[in-house]
Order: sequence, then structure tokens, then C-alpha cells
Amino acid sequence: MIIASNVSKKFGRLKALDNVSVKLLRGECVALIGPNGSGKTTFIKSLLGMVVPDHGFITFNDKNILHDWNYRSRIGYMPQIGRYPDNMSIGQVLNMMKDIRKVKSSEMDEELIEAFELNTMANKRMRTLSGGTRQKVSASLAFLFNPDVLILDEPTAGLDPVATEILKRKIIQEKQKNKLIMITSHVLSELDELVTEVMYMQDGQCRFHKKVDVLRAETSEERLTRVMASIISKM
Amino acid sequence: MIFHTSVAAVLKVGKGMPYTTIKSAIQAAAEGDVIYVYPGLYQEQNIVIDKRIALKGIQFPTLDGEKKYEVLSIKAHGVLIEGLRVIRSGVSSIQDMGGIKVYDANHVTIQNNILEETFFGIYIQYGSQCNILRNRIFSSNKVEQQSGNGIHAWKSEKLEINGNLIQGHRDGIYLEFATLSNITENIAEGNLRYGLHFMFSHDNHYYANVFSNNGAGVAVMYSQRVEMRFNVFKDNWGDAAYGLLLKEMSDCKIENNHFAKNTVGIYLEGASRVSMKENTFELNGWAMKLMASCMDVDVTRCNFLSNTFDVGTNGSLVLNRFNNNYWDKYEGYDLDRNGEGDVPYRPVSLFSMVIEKNPPAMILIRSFMATLLDRTEKMIPTITPENLKDEFPMMKPLKL
Amino acid sequence: MKKIIKYVIIDILRNKIVIGYTLFLLAITLSIFNLEDQSTKGLLSLLNIILIVVPLVCILFSAIYVYNSNEFIELLVSQPIKRSTILLSMFTGLSVSMVVAFLIGTGIPILLFEPTLTGFTMMGVGVLLTLIFVSVALLTAVYARDKAKGIGWVILLWLYFSLLFDGLILFILYQFSEYPLEKAMVGISALNPIDLSRILVLLKMDVSAMMGYTGAIFRNFFGTQYGFWMAIAVMLLWAFIPLFISLRKFKRKDL
Repeated sequence: MIIASNVSKKFGRLKALDNVSVKLLRGECVALIGPNGSGKTTFIKSLLGMVVPDHGFITFNDKNILHDWNYRSRIGYMPQIGRYPDNMSIGQVLNMMKDIRKVKSSEMDEELIEAFELNTMANKRMRTLSGGTRQKVSASLAFLFNPDVLILDEPTAGLDPVATEILKRKIIQEKQKNKLIMITSHVLSELDELVTEVMYMQDGQCRFHKKVDVLRAETSEERLTRVMASIISKM
Repeated sequence: MIFHTSVAAVLKVGKGMPYTTIKSAIQAAAEGDVIYVYPGLYQEQNIVIDKRIALKGIQFPTLDGEKKYEVLSIKAHGVLIEGLRVIRSGVSSIQDMGGIKVYDANHVTIQNNILEETFFGIYIQYGSQCNILRNRIFSSNKVEQQSGNGIHAWKSEKLEINGNLIQGHRDGIYLEFATLSNITENIAEGNLRYGLHFMFSHDNHYYANVFSNNGAGVAVMYSQRVEMRFNVFKDNWGDAAYGLLLKEMSDCKIENNHFAKNTVGIYLEGASRVSMKENTFELNGWAMKLMASCMDVDVTRCNFLSNTFDVGTNGSLVLNRFNNNYWDKYEGYDLDRNGEGDVPYRPVSLFSMVIEKNPPAMILIRSFMATLLDRTEKMIPTITPENLKDEFPMMKPLKL
Repeated sequence: MKKIIKYVIIDILRNKIVIGYTLFLLAITLSIFNLEDQSTKGLLSLLNIILIVVPLVCILFSAIYVYNSNEFIELLVSQPIKRSTILLSMFTGLSVSMVVAFLIGTGIPILLFEPTLTGFTMMGVGVLLTLIFVSVALLTAVYARDKAKGIGWVILLWLYFSLLFDGLILFILYQFSEYPLEKAMVGISALNPIDLSRILVLLKMDVSAMMGYTGAIFRNFFGTQYGFWMAIAVMLLWAFIPLFISLRKFKRKDL
């Protein structure tokens, strides 16, 4: 579904992405893992066309995304730090996005909005919101248009346990609809029941991209935390 | 008047009249007779009037010079010419041919005539006490060299030039060595050089004339004791266009005139002992350009309104005085409430000096830059003449 | 595109600065027309407002607005919307708001007190200057990532267009005073939209001075139908070239 070929990106002298090639398929739930500054967010932003690679290319359903923009209608993106116009209220942001996307309301997925009870605080201005509430808005927006691909950058950071649980349930639910889901997270324990694949990045390079089952077998560990610890210690 | 004597005979010229040509009537006429010319076209080459008669047109009979001849030559005293339409006089560069020309005569009156496409319109040579009244003199010249003047006076005196309308000549009215004359209530417009031009002509007065759209309104050169009052100088535009151009002249009075929309309202060069009082300068490029060669020019009680520049000059030597004028750009205050500002006004702006030296700088006119320069200069004068100032500027426009 | 323009305009209107700008212009213009007994003098003061305040407010406000809308832009970029659409909507929203503010603030008083050719020319160049400086602000904001740096640039650009450029011209004129520079000046004036605007208005106003002297050169060019439309065309280029460059840059900008 998404293929990245030899993607490189430099910010000044820093190599944010170094020759990354990866193939992401429908039905997969990929954990994008790596230390801070390893290029995870840059890679995600490249997939979304927010960062334009210096070399290499990315295709979405066999179409180069460089001059395309419409493919983004099939991606739901939840940024690491959701930033929204300060002056707008939650309700206005939601309405604006609905307005811009031209999706029929019957095809919209408002489950998270309801679960997070965003409607009850629709009049709150974005600048007054806590980090957690912002994350709730971001998550709701990512799922709102029922996209084929979900890209979630640190989805649970700042969320309270209840909300985390709601979000996890939602992710699992969507996964079963044969969607491609990509998650970055530092809290590996949360990913245990979700992910089917792991993509490990370091210094802008993709060190490996394997199925979780394979990794478990290789390391003979059950929990993802242990699996990763075991691999990294060997590297 | 002098020719209305009781024995005056009346001679009529026209189709079916006793005389068919003007020339034959003049020949038959005696001193003091009146010749009436009836409507028609008279092509009689050069008509010479050599006796004291009155030649009066009825409904403007046309006298045509066919572009070859001087139409009327007056060589006797006391002649009256009235109500004629004189057209197409000859053009010559050797002889100054006029539509109506007076030679060495006095007490000649030329009134209510129409002159069209004549080389010189009305020409007075060695005339004295002649009246030129209410004539309309039109021409459509394009080039200065090939055109004559509307009313031209040469070595004449005590002329009365009143109520004429002159268009499209080189100079509207030209006086050379003409003295003691009054030029009043004339309109000179669209003439190529000057509306009114004095050369070596002293002791003349001109009042209540309108000069518009000429190369320059009025030029007074090498003349003394000329009085100019209640005239309007307007719309004289162009590279070297002035409302009033004063050059090498002295002892003149310029009062109660109105200068509007001229590139330069008054230009003075080599002028001395000139009194300017109660004139209004409005919407001119420069209200006044006062060159350093002038001295004893007094400018008092004048209104300066909406001019781009008030005064321009080319040097720092100032022997002229400004007093009690109203300047709309004045920003001083009047603490003692006597109607006069308490700080002097300097009418020469730095930027006008810049343009004087560097004309293309006109591109910066009214820019932030130019304003800034002017402001600093106003506070600490360095380039503009220190002494060129109005010590007692008025706070309110003068009622003129 | 329409929808995004709508949201930009709603957002700008929510920002009190534009309303303040409108009221400020309205107050100044009305007081100019009421206090000055001669309309020419009033028009001159108004011209200075248009040539100094309008560019400053437009360039500063637009740049700050774009920087403050970074979140909004980021949000939109991750959506299925063309990048050019986003930037063009920004430009349109800002231009429309600033133009409307200008037209209310100075246009209404001009219609009431000075419905002459000069007045209308002023309105015209005011609108053009608004477009130009919004466009220049956009260019700066797209190129300079850092907000403080960008605002510094924007102020510098304004200073350059309204003062430094003219100083430079004066310097050149004095340095090369023995050369005939009259014709060159016509070309040089095209390099600064503020100068161009001033000349266009003054030709309608200070006819006497501009007619005479070297002014005749400007008159012979800008005073003609051809020159007038040339000047307008150059001003439009001034609005569209920075916009075009910022569009190209924005398309490949990393967010």
C-alpha cells in the first residue's frame, strides 16, 4: 500500500532519514520504534507529504505522492503534538475539518468524539485545552473520516488511562477492518496487543522491519518490551 | 469725438451702394467723413487710409489680405476703425505686416473688430494716444518663428488697450519702447510665447487682465515702473512656463493679482525694487522663484495656498524681504494672539534646492525621504538661505 | 479553496487588529478631511497615510498572521488539500480582509469628501499597495522559518521601500549628476511600488509642478494612457511575483 524507496532527508547537516526503504501493507499494524531523534517523526511526515525527501520516493497505491495530494484523503493522521488555531473552539475545529473534507456525515466515524465526550466541551477554545484533551481532539480527527491508513504519532502520550484504553480498543477495532495502521510510541507495553510488525529506526536508518511473531521466535521472549530490549542489546 | 463734425459726409460701400470698393470710397472721402462698409468680401490688396476718416463695418464685412498684403495701413491722425472682420494678412519675415497697422499717427481708435489669421494683428508704430478696444484677435499658429503678435506696439506712447481677446499668436500683446500706456481687461490665452510682453517699456500699467494657457503669462523685461494689479495668471504650464516672468526690471508694483496653477507663479531674475502686495498664489508648482540676482523685492501680505513649493532660489545671498504673508505650510504658533506667528517661516524648502541642483530628483517629490529632509532642515537650516524668511507670518489667510 | 478562504477570513475577523486598523484609518481620514480647510492639503496627508501606514500595517500584520497560523497550516497540510490552495487561500483571505478594511477606512471618506480623480487614484493605489505588501509578507514568512527573524525582515523591507530606496536614489542622482538620468528615473521608479504609487497620485494632484521642469518627463510617460496602464501592470507584477515565488517555495517546504 505504501512503499518508500531509498528515502533520504537532510536538515542542514543532520541526516534525518538515510536511505530508508520500506513496504507497508494493508492489514498490518506497524510499530515504528526507535530512540529520540532517530527519524521516526520525519519519516511519518514524509509519508504525509509534509516533509519533501531530498532523494528517493514514496508511493501510495503505486502512485508517487510527490505531486499528488488527494491520497491524503485516505490517511488519518494523529500528530505527536496536535497544534490547532488558538482562537477556534473544539466544535469549530471539528466542523471546519468536516466542512473541508466533503465527506457525507453517514460515512463519518464519530465514535471517538462521543467516547471522549468532546461534544460536551465543544465551546472551549483550543488554547485553553490541556495536552490530553488536545490529544483527544487529534485522535478523533484521525479516525473521523474512516480512512484506510492510520498514522498515529505517540497516540497515548498525555492521555489518561481511561482514554488510553478507549483509544486502544478503537485501534484494535479498526485493525480488524483490514486497515494499515502505523504507531510510534515509547511505551512499548501498550503496543503488545496491537502490533503485528515492528519497524526499528536509528540514526535515520531503518535497521529492521519484521513481523512481531518472527521477532518473538528469534528472541524467545513474549512481551514486546523484552523482545526489543533483547534485540537492542545484541546490536 | 473729434471726427463727428457737423459737416461730415456719409459714404456707403457695398453691393448696389454708391461705392463698390473701400479704396474708391476713401479716395472720394474728405477729412472727417464716415465710410460705412456693408457685408461682403473685400479683396482690395493693401488699403491705405491717409486722411482723418471713420471706417465702420456693418455686420462685420470681411477684408481679406489673401495672405499677401497688409490689409489696412493707417497713416493719418484721428482715424476710427470699427466693426470690420480682417483676415489673412500677408506673412513676411522682412516687413512686419499687420492686419491693421498704424504708422506715425496719433489719436487712432481701433475698436470692435475681428481679426483672424493675421500675421501681426494690430500693429502700432510710432503711435501716440491710440485706443485699441474690444477687438477679438484669433490665430492658430503652431510655431513661434512664423507667427506675429496679437497687438504689437513699437516706439509708441499713451496707448489705451482695453477689453481685447487675443488667442494663438506668438505674444498676445507685445510692447517695445512703448510708454505711459494702460493695458486693461484684456484676455490673452493660448499664445505661444507670452500673453503680454514688455521690452524696454517704462511707466505702463496693466490691470484686470486674464492670462491663461500661454507659454508664459506676462514677461516684463528691461522695463521700469510697470504697475500690475488685479490680473489673473493661470494654467501656464510647461518646462519654462511662468505666470509672470520678471527680468532686469526695477521699480515695479505687483498688487492684488491672482496666480493659479502655473508651473512657476512669478520668476524674478535681476529684479530690483519690486513691491509685491496682496497677491494670491494658489496651486502653483513654485509660487515664486526668486533668483539671487534680485534685490529689494518686498513681498507683503500675500496668500500662499496649496503650492507644491512656496519659494525657490539658487543662492544664499538674500537682499529681499518677506513680511506678513500667509503660508499654508506654516506650522508655528501665536501665543500673544496678535494674528502673527511667533516664529519665522522659511519658505524655501531643502527639497526645492535639491531639485534646483538636480532636476531628476523630482521623482522623490512628496516622499517620506523628502519630508524628512525638509523637517530636519527646518530645524537646523544648513543649505537653505538663512535670511530668506518671513519674520511675521500670518496665522490665517488674508482676505484679499 | 472557498472554504479555506472562509475560515481564514473568519479567523482574521476574530482577530481584533483588522477591526482596529479599519477604525484607525476611518478616524484618521475623517479627521484629515474635517480639520484641513483645503482639500489639497488634506489629500496630501492622506497620501502619506496610504504610502506609509498601509504598507506597514499590511506587511507586519500579514507576516505575523502567517506565523501565528503555523498550526492551522500544519493541520491543513496533513489533509487532502493542495499546498498551493492553502497558500493562495491565505493570500486571498488576508488581501480581502485588508482591502475591505482599507476601503471602509479610507474609501468611504474619500467618496464623501473627495470623489475626484485624485481620490479614486488614491483608492486604487491603496488597494494595489495592500495586495503588494500582503504578498511580500507571505514571501518573507515562507522563506524565514523563525518568527522573530521574519518580522525583522519584514520591518526592514518596509523601511527599504518607504525610505532607504529613496535615499539610494538621491545618492545615485548626486553621484551621477553629470549624466542625463531623467529617463532612467522612470525605469528606476518601477523598482519601488511605493514610489510608483506616489507618482501616479501626484500626477493627478501636483500637475503644475510635475508638468514643468523634469516633471515633464514623468508626465510624458506616466501621464499618458500607456504609461498609466504600464505603471498599474508593474504594480500588479509586484503583487504577483512575490506570491508566485512563495508558492513555489511553499510547495516544497518542510513543515
